[in-house]
Amino acid sequence: MTSETHDWIFLAAAAPFLAALVAPVLHRLLGARAGWVLALVPFAIFLQFASLVPLVAAGGTATAAADWLPAYGVRLSYFIDGLSLVFALLISGIGTLIVVYAGGYLAGHPQLGRFFSFILMFMGAMLGLVIADNLIALFIYWELTSITSFLLIGFDHSRAASRRAALQALLVTGGGGLALMAGVLLIASVTGTKEMSEVLASGDVLRNSLLYVPILLLVLGGAFTKSAQFPFHFWLPNAMEAPTPVSAYLHSATMVKAGVYLLMRLQPVLGDTVLWMTILPLFGAVTLLVGTLLAVRQTDLKLMLAYTTVASLGLLVLLTGTSSEKAIEGAVLYLFAHSLFKGALFMVAGIIDHEAGTRDVTKLGGLRKLMPITFAAALVGAISMAGLPVMIGFVAKEVLYEGLLGSSIWLLAAAVAGNALMLVIGFAVALKPFLGPEVHTPKHAHEGPPALWLGPVVLGLVGLASALAVGTTGSLLLGPMAAAVFGGPVESDLHLIPTYISAPLLLSILTVILGVGAFLALDRLRDLVARALKVIGWGPDRGFDQVVSVIVRFSAVLTRSIQGGRLEVYMTVTLALVALTLLLPMGLTGTWPAMPAMPEPTFYEAGVILIALLGLAAVVAARTRLTAIVSLGIQGFAVALIFMLFGAPDLSFTQFMVETLSVVILTLAMTRLNLAERDHRPSSQRLLDGTIAITCGAGFGLILLAVTQQAFDRRLTDFFDAYSRTIAHGRNVVNVIIVDFRGLDTLGEIAVVMITGLAILAVVRLSGRRRVPVVPEPEQVVASRHSRGAETVR
Amino acid sequence: MRTLIFRTVAPYIASLMLLFSIFVLLRGHNDPGGGFIGGLIGASGLAIYGLACGVATVRRAIRVHPMSIAGIGLILAALAGILSLPAGVPFMTGLWVYPTILGSEAALSTPMLFDIGVYCVVMGAITSIALCLEEYDGD
Repeated sequence: MTSETHDWIFLAAAAPFLAALVAPVLHRLLGARAGWVLALVPFAIFLQFASLVPLVAAGGTATAAADWLPAYGVRLSYFIDGLSLVFALLISGIGTLIVVYAGGYLAGHPQLGRFFSFILMFMGAMLGLVIADNLIALFIYWELTSITSFLLIGFDHSRAASRRAALQALLVTGGGGLALMAGVLLIASVTGTKEMSEVLASGDVLRNSLLYVPILLLVLGGAFTKSAQFPFHFWLPNAMEAPTPVSAYLHSATMVKAGVYLLMRLQPVLGDTVLWMTILPLFGAVTLLVGTLLAVRQTDLKLMLAYTTVASLGLLVLLTGTSSEKAIEGAVLYLFAHSLFKGALFMVAGIIDHEAGTRDVTKLGGLRKLMPITFAAALVGAISMAGLPVMIGFVAKEVLYEGLLGSSIWLLAAAVAGNALMLVIGFAVALKPFLGPEVHTPKHAHEGPPALWLGPVVLGLVGLASALAVGTTGSLLLGPMAAAVFGGPVESDLHLIPTYISAPLLLSILTVILGVGAFLALDRLRDLVARALKVIGWGPDRGFDQVVSVIVRFSAVLTRSIQGGRLEVYMTVTLALVALTLLLPMGLTGTWPAMPAMPEPTFYEAGVILIALLGLAAVVAARTRLTAIVSLGIQGFAVALIFMLFGAPDLSFTQFMVETLSVVILTLAMTRLNLAERDHRPSSQRLLDGTIAITCGAGFGLILLAVTQQAFDRRLTDFFDAYSRTIAHGRNVVNVIIVDFRGLDTLGEIAVVMITGLAILAVVRLSGRRRVPVVPEPEQVVASRHSRGAETVR
Repeated sequence: MRTLIFRTVAPYIASLMLLFSIFVLLRGHNDPGGGFIGGLIGASGLAIYGLACGVATVRRAIRVHPMSIAGIGLILAALAGILSLPAGVPFMTGLWVYPTILGSEAALSTPMLFDIGVYCVVMGAITSIALCLEEYDGD
């Protein structure tokens, strides 16, 4: 197997992000026509990846790698085999058409530039995901697709439904992402490598590992949420709130297949076990059936397509889960075919919506004369979706039936039923709006501009061409992909026209008969499913809301119970815990420090200590708060003097300034908060506070004694003594440590200073004006509106 | 607190403190001092000015919001770290140049830029807090 290094892969991986940067500017200059220009970027990427086809078809791989965080084994490494290549071609190829389509679909939208930016960013993330070799890089790209998907679903952010759908998709796929992260780290620790290509070469290491079950479940957690498997399927139909280009691209052709990609990628090392071959086909089959049945229920074109996408993803998981050569070949073919026809049909649904003003299938009809190109594209897509000759969908269905023949009869039955229902939906989308008498639509329908119909037409032609030349498609693209998924060479012998009457052909005929029968009875079937759903009355979508509202209420209750808003309580708890932490370890282990031998203090040292003690006595005896604050300053200055006497001028300097400022700020805060001039604590409270204060002070004193009695480790001192002058050119070691040796820490600290300053400004400004709820409540939870105000200090 | 003497002397004290704070900042690399302590001195100076002559006067005198000074400081500090990237050395590696200004050699460095950033953040943030609390008397 040859492996070539191609450095242009870095550029290809970065190009969509760079294009995303310039997209808003370009949109401002060119308007909607910017789509045609921006589409050149994915098109160039497509051509570059296409140049790898001969290499990969010959069994080779292309790689590129650079160090990222070498200390942690994180590299920015890419690795392209048959599986990655087909995905990369689909992402960049369909991406080109989608960018053009978006320019036509959202023409005149004021935020089109931002939309281009988001969709290009997504393209970069998705491309990186499928070509990443390093597991950490793969995970980062995975999360980036979730985030960009969130931005795209919520693109129309003024509508509550969009916002909810975006948040839902983010929570579901983000939660799965966390599971995947844990799974990826376990894989890395078991195999001892963070490179996917080396993991794939590890053979049975993962399968034989004790951690196999947790690894599998965590990876499935990521894949099932991303690829909308039952019971996590609900976010995908809701994601149809996004503009149609997004639905066509992310939520049918590419992103939702990321989970399937991951399963296919790991099939050689995680697959072929009892657990794998039980869980995947089971969930896949349930998803397939649930998806198609729910699709029948819908009348909105996009929702019908969305549910069949769920179903198709189920079918892909089912096929991958059998770990058999033929079924995997079927999965690969079906994945390819599905990306083409579903992308095209979504774009068709978008054109209808755009030109006729509605996408409700019951309010559409007779568009065939008005929109002939769209009709043709829709028909071609539907034929492929239905698995009829002479489209690539037909070849895919034949092969997958053949692959399933060897497995359980139930899986085969599920596949036949699912495919029959997909035929129903495919033709419902492609025929109902176009045939029959013309219906009055909200907008006067006519054919859209070329930017709109280019995409579905090209995808339809590719689906047709790849089927007519199925031998070439198989040997160049899909054979190498199937081999990468199977983990060994796959014998591929694809025919468009069956050469003899085989079992798959008979199953196909059965599928068509069932499908046509169901299509004729579609209205009755729809009522039936609707009534069944009414009886059940609960679905995971409602469940999601319930879970979220429970979490929100729990956190509101928890916040109210521990953040009561009284400063005294906070201070008491904090200081009592500090005292406990300091004293408890010494008390439990019985290692109290001994009093060290101290030299007799000179008269001025004794004098300074006396001043400090007098200051403290004054604090306790003070009658008004202002006197107490100033007396505390006396004690602070005395401590600063002590620092000075014992040779720490920097510390002393700082202590002087901090004391001055804290007296000023405490005084100001006191007047600001309208505190009473005198302290009115009852004596029981005074006793408690005094005890805590003395315990805390004693704790600090004892711990300091204990620390100074340890043997002093001079390593750091020697290092800084030796190097601060020679390396960092500074004689003041303290300052050199702050700004140079430990500069990064200081950078973090000053950021904290700044954030604290902003927070204090906000609190001071808010406390005078209005009460804001402690926990901002989401729109769903309107029940309890009586949350307590932000009276932090009062 | 606003006695005539205080109000008369405060501007002088404040300007002296600001000057001194810059002196402390710049000598910090070799002698006691540095950005943090310098920033504290500068903030105290402005706080005293505010106590004596009112917050509005201070705000007029410094022209920008003190929080912007802090923000600029944070950017300067981050910039001091990032400058090492074009030089091809790891993040925050100290870089030194010794140009001759007005006939005498000056040592300029990224740690110094960083320290100026620290100075601005501390002075800006503390001044904002102090001014914000002092403003209460006004409204």
